[in-house]
Amino acid sequence: MDMRELIERLTSRHKLGAPIFQRPDLTFVDLTDNDRLRALLVELRDIEGFTHLVLLTAVDWIEEGKFQLTYMLNNRAANQTLGLRVYLERKDPVEFTSIHDIWPTAETYQRELREMFGINFPGSPRVMDEFILEGWTDMPPYRRDFDTLAYSQQTYRDRPGRATNDPRDHMKSKMYPEG
Amino acid sequence: MTFQWIQIPYALLTLFIILNYGMLMTALIQKIGARVGGRYGIPIWQNYIDLLKNIALRSKISHGVMFYLGPVFRLTGGIGLILFVPTIYGSVMHQNFSFAGDLILALYFVFFGTLGMALGAAESGHPHSAIGVSRGLSQVTAAELPLALGVFAISLQYQTLNITDIVAAQQGSIFNWTLFTNPLATVAAMFAFVGTMMRAPFDVVLAPQEIPIGPPTEYHSSYLALMQTNRVLYPIAKTVIYMNLFFGGATSWPEFFVKIFAIYMVSVFIGVVYPRFRVEQSIQFFLKWGLPVGVLAILMV
Amino acid sequence: MKDMDKSFRKDTETEFPLREEMRPRTVTAPDGQVIEIDPLRDYFCEEAPKVHRKSYSAIVEGFYNWARANSLWILGFGTGCGAIEMRPLMTPRFDAYRYGIQWRPTPRQANLLIISGYLSVKTLKRAIRAYEQMQQPKFVVGLGSCTINGGMYWDSYNTIKRLDDYLPVDLYIAGCMPRPEALLAGLMELKKIIRRGEAEGANKYAENFDWYKANQKSVIKDWDMPDYSW
Repeated sequence: MDMRELIERLTSRHKLGAPIFQRPDLTFVDLTDNDRLRALLVELRDIEGFTHLVLLTAVDWIEEGKFQLTYMLNNRAANQTLGLRVYLERKDPVEFTSIHDIWPTAETYQRELREMFGINFPGSPRVMDEFILEGWTDMPPYRRDFDTLAYSQQTYRDRPGRATNDPRDHMKSKMYPEG
Repeated sequence: MTFQWIQIPYALLTLFIILNYGMLMTALIQKIGARVGGRYGIPIWQNYIDLLKNIALRSKISHGVMFYLGPVFRLTGGIGLILFVPTIYGSVMHQNFSFAGDLILALYFVFFGTLGMALGAAESGHPHSAIGVSRGLSQVTAAELPLALGVFAISLQYQTLNITDIVAAQQGSIFNWTLFTNPLATVAAMFAFVGTMMRAPFDVVLAPQEIPIGPPTEYHSSYLALMQTNRVLYPIAKTVIYMNLFFGGATSWPEFFVKIFAIYMVSVFIGVVYPRFRVEQSIQFFLKWGLPVGVLAILMV
Repeated sequence: MKDMDKSFRKDTETEFPLREEMRPRTVTAPDGQVIEIDPLRDYFCEEAPKVHRKSYSAIVEGFYNWARANSLWILGFGTGCGAIEMRPLMTPRFDAYRYGIQWRPTPRQANLLIISGYLSVKTLKRAIRAYEQMQQPKFVVGLGSCTINGGMYWDSYNTIKRLDDYLPVDLYIAGCMPRPEALLAGLMELKKIIRRGEAEGANKYAENFDWYKANQKSVIKDWDMPDYSW
């Protein structure tokens, strides 16, 4: 399967951004029209043979005020992986359409994203349940405005006497003491 | 045989000897197993230390009367088995309280401990205990069937229910043993022996790697010490029955030690060679192979 | 520390709601009887642990301590990567059995809890329950630098830094991860501590129970179990 040809074919009907051909078997492309996501995913699954959802993950672009969702799809027969990227506005509450009915595995990823990034997927089964964290009351910890160091210092007591060395400088002073 | 008061200290002496023998022998067998695996193994007196440690624990929790009685019943099963079975043939001291129908009583005592354990473990309220007990009971019941048939076969053969008489009939030559006069009954009973010794491949009920340790999940400190004592007594007591019924009994302590060790090693050998069966597999195994042999043994007699 | 974000303040206001199965409720039985259920009060024992005194005779206590030291039963509960280093202890190369060390699958029968590596808040809850269900005297060994000062998880939002804030630790084995040899050496050292009669962690826990509980509850926000899990 030629990915350039596929992207061209899809661009005629969907609003896609400029594709990135990262490797012969790995391509990334942005979808600019979020409402068309389900249609595009179903088409990729049923017609183009991308039957496997490898993962669904998010990136927090705090400077641009956006969340990026990446749907990694795999076509086993053609040995091709396609990363479909969607951008959401970074404002509370963040919600997006659930795809658990297209791939049941998405349910788990969506639970994780709800917990770690605070992106809700209404209608996804058990999406409000706790995933990894238990009794978490603070902001979702994978958001970039969550300062994990400050949080840990305000929560857990330090043991005095801990020192930090820069590995490079430390090894340099050990191996070449005279400089 | 009439009852005499002197029998009580004699029986306690027997119990004491068997207890110490069991402690050392189980440790030795663990050591042999370790050597097979290339390890050094536990010290030979480790069982005593573990027992002492468990007694020395400072706190214990009870879940009710039955929880307390569970290990007691279990230990009663082991001790009762020893007390009512002649340990050394022809010895006045170690004849214990054997009487005319003791074979039936022994069969009952073999099962008694497991039943008591079932009640105690159920009282602890831990789901793993309940699961372990139901699995243990079903497996032991299936395993006991060939033994019962084998015992019927030899009681028909010798026309008695007294273990002393059965041992007496096997004296004289090695070929008078039931092993040679009625091999089928022996084979049937050995199925049960391997099945109830709680060693691989039939130890899924108690194995620590399975659903945490099964019936004794909640037991600790002194309760566990009682059960540990039983763990060393009970296999020996059971082996004594087998020795008496099928392998000519023992006329002296050295003969007793050697024979018990040899019979015990049968289950050990099978254990180190075969992987563990699931409960339904072992039940199937006993019903498919053990039961027909037992029926055949009765028919042959 | 210098790289701390001064502006970030952790949320200390929000309370975690009690889980649904732990909330008090009224149930109507099939025969029409109305039953009030408060799971936290009805299902659990509220008793606090008490200090167990040593044996009156020093000789007996010394004898018991000898038995305890030579029969260490470890709870088979691996919390972090250190659990991997504990496995070789059973194998022919290290063979901890020859020192009377063995693994027990249930906390009731174990008397040594090895916290093997980093402890997330979620696992801490389980570790506390396991520790409290063990019978006295009981010992805790912290394995790896994660239990000492957080180790490489020093800035993680979800792992504790000092184990001795939450459980009474008898011995730490440093390293990331310590090799089985270090583990064996540590266990031998623990034996010496027990022989000297200094491993009284359970009594320390009972004496400073309020302090330990305050520490535990400050990080475990969904505390839905009794104060002491009997």
